[in-house]
Amino acid sequence: MTARPQVGLFATCLVDLYRPSVGFAAASLLEKAGCDVAVPTAQVCCGQPAYNAGDRKSAAAIARQTISLFEEFDYVVAPSGSCAGMLRHHYPDLLADDADFATRASAVADRTWELVSFLTDIRGWSGIDASWPKGVTYHDACSGLRELGIKVQPRQLLEKVAGLELRELDAPDVCCGFGGTFCVKYPEVSEAMVDDKIDDIVATGAATVLSGDLGCLMNIAGRLSRRGEAVEARHIAEILAGTATGPAIGGADDGQG
Amino acid sequence: MNQTSLDFSKNAARAQADADLQSALAKLQRDTRLARPVITGRLPEFEDLRDRAVAIKDHTLAHLDHYLETFEANVTDAGGHVHWCNDAGDARETILQICNNVNAKTVGKGKSMVSEEIALNDYLIANGLEVVETDLGEYILQLREETPSHVVMPAIHLKKEQIADTFRDHHTTLDPDRPLDAPSDMTEEARTKLREKFLSADVGITGANMLIAETGSIVVVTNEGNGDLTQTLPRVHIVIAAIEKVVPRVDDALSILRILARSATGQEITCYTTVATGSKRPDDLDGPEEFHLILLDNGRTKLLEGEFRDVLRCIRCGACQSACPVYGAVGGHAYGGVYGGPIGAVLTPALDGIDKAWPLPEASSFCGNCEAVCPMRIPLPGLMRRWRDIAHTQKLNKTGARRGLALWAWAAQHPALYRFGARISLRLLRTVGRRRGYLRRLPLAGGWTAARDLPTPEGGTFIDRWQKEMPGKTGS
Repeated sequence: MTARPQVGLFATCLVDLYRPSVGFAAASLLEKAGCDVAVPTAQVCCGQPAYNAGDRKSAAAIARQTISLFEEFDYVVAPSGSCAGMLRHHYPDLLADDADFATRASAVADRTWELVSFLTDIRGWSGIDASWPKGVTYHDACSGLRELGIKVQPRQLLEKVAGLELRELDAPDVCCGFGGTFCVKYPEVSEAMVDDKIDDIVATGAATVLSGDLGCLMNIAGRLSRRGEAVEARHIAEILAGTATGPAIGGADDGQG
Repeated sequence: MNQTSLDFSKNAARAQADADLQSALAKLQRDTRLARPVITGRLPEFEDLRDRAVAIKDHTLAHLDHYLETFEANVTDAGGHVHWCNDAGDARETILQICNNVNAKTVGKGKSMVSEEIALNDYLIANGLEVVETDLGEYILQLREETPSHVVMPAIHLKKEQIADTFRDHHTTLDPDRPLDAPSDMTEEARTKLREKFLSADVGITGANMLIAETGSIVVVTNEGNGDLTQTLPRVHIVIAAIEKVVPRVDDALSILRILARSATGQEITCYTTVATGSKRPDDLDGPEEFHLILLDNGRTKLLEGEFRDVLRCIRCGACQSACPVYGAVGGHAYGGVYGGPIGAVLTPALDGIDKAWPLPEASSFCGNCEAVCPMRIPLPGLMRRWRDIAHTQKLNKTGARRGLALWAWAAQHPALYRFGARISLRLLRTVGRRRGYLRRLPLAGGWTAARDLPTPEGGTFIDRWQKEMPGKTGS
């Protein structure tokens, strides 16, 4: 392994389509943490929507595609606990009976990490040079928390952000109701769940809600907007990288984009 | 019961509109969340105990025939009778026969989810018996003609004011102006009413939390002692238990007891833990003259053979229900089967058929909290996903979402086309939404925009922008 590990950045489909700035923030953090970053351009999605819909065949095809693209790197890093968890835990299960891909899936799985935990646990890095002088609260996205054990890592790094005051939620580890296609299959149940989350967020008095998964954030931001709440939602990578200069998720811009 | 799992969405909507139910569920969720760290924090070996409990159950399931036969032999030695019943019909008939053989008029019942599974009460009542539930929660539900909404707290969907009204409606010989504000008023009243029934019951029917193979004993845990009165006062005691309840030794039962109450109600141990073996011996002061044990399969053997085997470790503590945010939003009845919540989403398709229950495994955000709290480490989200695989293969979920996903999955396997489509869609979304930052309505995305705005994309895809801004850094 070279002195500077080669990291393949798996941007995730939501970052690719909705919030490229999170991808750039992730790349910037990885470089600050001493890595060389590459972004394979044929990457699409981790396949989780198909996997969770019971369409194992499509999910396996997408998994093989992703593995082929990323197996050349020392590490695969994604700014999402959900997608990283898919590569890390579910690809080996999905391809267990695939003679060609079973071992390749395990090899990629072992080298796949969620961004924030990669920075802290693998790189031992905490050289944050960012400022966000606001009250902030943090939602523990479910997959990162329960599949990957991400809990203290984001807080360790947020502590280093100048001026940032972390105000914990009453129930930071309760699901926000996103759940991928769950939120469109059972919209009313999902709405009740996100409303509980938003009541909790608003009660902290924080100006910004952060999380590590764009899916949860779009759900939370979309509901915040519909309810007319003033809290803005951002991905934690934007704050840690100090690149949160543009509009928040769903924030209006001046039309130059 | 009337199985309505296919109507999960409709059931859920009704539950969400029920203010009393919502306040009861909010309290359950909050109490559960606050209790959990206290319970596990006080017991440093909690995680080790879980591992041990899993190992005990896995071992037992791997040698289930051996332990069941040992159990049967020891029950018989202790003067009891074991009845092997394949399905619900078998079990109902066997129980009715035992009741008829002793000319029973009245049956006292302890709480038993398996008796719900075989719809026992309705059957016995239809055949002329009086059946009285003796667990307070079950008694309330019997008066209200409702089914349990939680495996250990059957009436958790009710507020105490509703229960007071139920008592006033049914206990009509009592003073209508009596105070029933405090829970203690109500338990006292129920106790008086139930005591008459305990004394007059000809047959007592209970479930069992565990069956101990080496001694032929049953273990029953309750908080009210009703289980003890039900099994010791009547002349005949019938136990109904599913075959996965057996454990090899007394020690194993004790290990599992240490995590059962903690996971179920947050207690270290329940108020009553009763171990009973066989019928009354000549020197015993009390106990039933006849002891019958109904060993029910009802689909378990089939589960044992396949990929859902892990669910047979379940000890019916209800931790997954109390901890599930979907259960917390809709309650147990919305699941339309005997078992609600995550365990119901896995068990109901097994018991009733996936074609009658496919929406249940779909109704999960896969947050994983059920698996995190399950004392037996049952991979509930993984098992729900297996049901989704089967539902998908059988094309049960013929919805617009299915077609949309199929199109997306096809595109995702053609990266160049996917990227082309992404550019066009993003340009459209930007044109419509960028000034406000959000889209309030979007065709084909009603599931999202009914309750949420759709954040407008930032503009351009990450991949396109990276290629432009960071040429050469795209891997080999």
